Amino acid sequence: MLQQTGETMRLGTLAPGQGGRIVAIEEADTPNAAENAERLRELGFAEELDATVLHQSPFGRDPIVVAVGSMTVALRRAEANLIVVKSQ
Amino acid sequence: MNAPETVKTLRIALVGNPNCGKSALFNTLTGLRQKVANYPGATVERHSGRMTGASHIELIDLPGTYSLTPKSPDEAVTCDALFGRSTLEARPDGIVCVLDATNLGQHLRFALELKATGLPMVVALNMTDLARREGIEIDVEGLAKRLGVPVIETVAVRKTGIAEIKAAIGVLGTAAEHAPTDLPPLRQLQRDARAMARDVTLAEGSGHKITRQLDALFLHPVAGPIILFSLLFVMFQAVFSWAEAPMDMIDGGVAGLQGWLADTLPDGWVLSLLNDGILAGVGSVVIFLPQILILFTFILALESSGYLVRAAYLMDRLMSSVGLNGRAFIPLLSSFACAIPGIMAARTIADPKDRLTTILIAPLMTCSARLPVYTLVIAAFIPNESVWGGMVGLQGLVMFGLYLSGIVFALLAAFVFKRLLSDGQRQPFLLELPKYQVPHLRYIFVGLLERTKVFLRRAGTIILTAMIILWVLGSYPLPPEGATEPDIAYSYVGIIGKALATVFAPLGFNWEISVALVPGLAAREVAVAALGTVYALSGDEDMVADSLVGLLASGWTLPTALAFLAWYVFAPQCLSTIAVTKRETGGWKWPLVMLGYLFGLAYLAAFLTYRIALAFSA
Repeated sequence: MLQQTGETMRLGTLAPGQGGRIVAIEEADTPNAAENAERLRELGFAEELDATVLHQSPFGRDPIVVAVGSMTVALRRAEANLIVVKSQ
Repeated sequence: MNAPETVKTLRIALVGNPNCGKSALFNTLTGLRQKVANYPGATVERHSGRMTGASHIELIDLPGTYSLTPKSPDEAVTCDALFGRSTLEARPDGIVCVLDATNLGQHLRFALELKATGLPMVVALNMTDLARREGIEIDVEGLAKRLGVPVIETVAVRKTGIAEIKAAIGVLGTAAEHAPTDLPPLRQLQRDARAMARDVTLAEGSGHKITRQLDALFLHPVAGPIILFSLLFVMFQAVFSWAEAPMDMIDGGVAGLQGWLADTLPDGWVLSLLNDGILAGVGSVVIFLPQILILFTFILALESSGYLVRAAYLMDRLMSSVGLNGRAFIPLLSSFACAIPGIMAARTIADPKDRLTTILIAPLMTCSARLPVYTLVIAAFIPNESVWGGMVGLQGLVMFGLYLSGIVFALLAAFVFKRLLSDGQRQPFLLELPKYQVPHLRYIFVGLLERTKVFLRRAGTIILTAMIILWVLGSYPLPPEGATEPDIAYSYVGIIGKALATVFAPLGFNWEISVALVPGLAAREVAVAALGTVYALSGDEDMVADSLVGLLASGWTLPTALAFLAWYVFAPQCLSTIAVTKRETGGWKWPLVMLGYLFGLAYLAAFLTYRIALAFSA
């Protein structure tokens, strides 16, 4: 996927090395979105933080490892898709 | 005049995000040896201890949590305690909020949540040595002013700032409790916390470079799984090869002691009880201490280095294919040491059905108590040869295969249980990967020491008692005149064993094995001790000198030995596992399900193994 400056993307669709600044964490996407969004926030995902995909599982490329702020978090792509980032 | 003041016990809770170094701080403050591991959820229960130098202060170590709205049973422990909802204990008088100095923006949010509870609070800004090394500089006074509570820099593992934090805790009791305040929405709270962190951070730091570099290797799509698999393989090989020398020494020591007793004491029941009952039984278990310690060294090192969480990430895909998630890997890996901490660690799993499934399959992970059983039979029946060009020991390979079959059947069982229990919803997998740390030798050493104590205490109590009872039952009644079989065949043990043997005969188990399975329920390694005693009692004087390995090699056929191994891949659970399952699942239903399905599988597996091996050897 080509990254263009200012483009918004779902974090769960990105390949290792790609990322951007978090602009939103969706709460109404899927049946469990509100609950999962809360978990993501509590773990440290928040708007205005930079999130970059570092690694993906060799088996099926899911889950992924994401650097967010000064933390490193492993999560599945389905949950990562609640996070909207803007490339810069 | 002043009446002598009765010192009121002050109860102070230690709270913080997972991985903030809370348990290390607790240990340093209390001198207790709380388990410290570098993964989220290492503390799944509350622990308490008196602060050293101030015995009226009781510190409570609560499981790490990311917020005060709990997502899993272990987090609920913390929240219930802080809000005074726990039926088991009163609300604490104050809080020590432990913050990771290298991740202030995230951890401050939780500090704000804690402060809103209204309890008097002091902040321990922990891991300041790591922060400094990364170039992070924090204005501690500024932070204290903004938070409105004392902030003390600590490095728990190096005992820095401990006197200061103790003094601050001492003052907490005199502080008044505030009324709880309402919290802004989570998003606003995050913003407030980050703004505060920005204000007090003088230098940003460069991040933990080594962690990034190591992750590039350990999480590499090709190298990562190879390293994980190799590590597990080396671990099981080491259990065999490194332990050989110390095991021979213990074996020689026990045999020497038996010989000395035989020379010193007159022939009679005292000598028989000591040699055949206690030394043959307990000795055959104690010999496995070196192997258990080697296994624990690996698990402790993996835990405290931060690698274990990475393994959970690598395993997530495999686990999700049977409906579990990678988080279940951590309780399951600790079940290799013992199923009991594994079953308790399942509390970190948020979804009740995932948690139940994990609990039910935990006993299929080969626990260290089964090591003696495996080792004994392998040593007796599997030649000590190298295969694949001398690279790999055959005995270690068989051991690895036994562990592997436990894992494979655990995954299959998980698949079935998830189908039966699940509502079909996929649970999220979210796991913070902590920074790598060089494992602290002191913690590994302390962990091993604890393990040794537990093991020897069991050998000295449960196993000793079981062996004495077994010796009595195996020695009386005395055989009739003109008996042709060994004395034990006429004893209670012989009678019971022969009755049981009708049930186990289809598996190729003789009456000696059948009778050893019964005390094996108390603890799995007791089966080995029981075999030791039963065979020592049935042997003539020459045979007693021979080791149990030799006795089995000449007494059992290969199909019987293989069937016995297959039996032990699945069963039996020890009584403690059943008890902890009852406690964790809140009733008898699930422990009975566990007992039933594993017993059934064990019988089936041993039966098939025996029949197939018999067909091949015919």
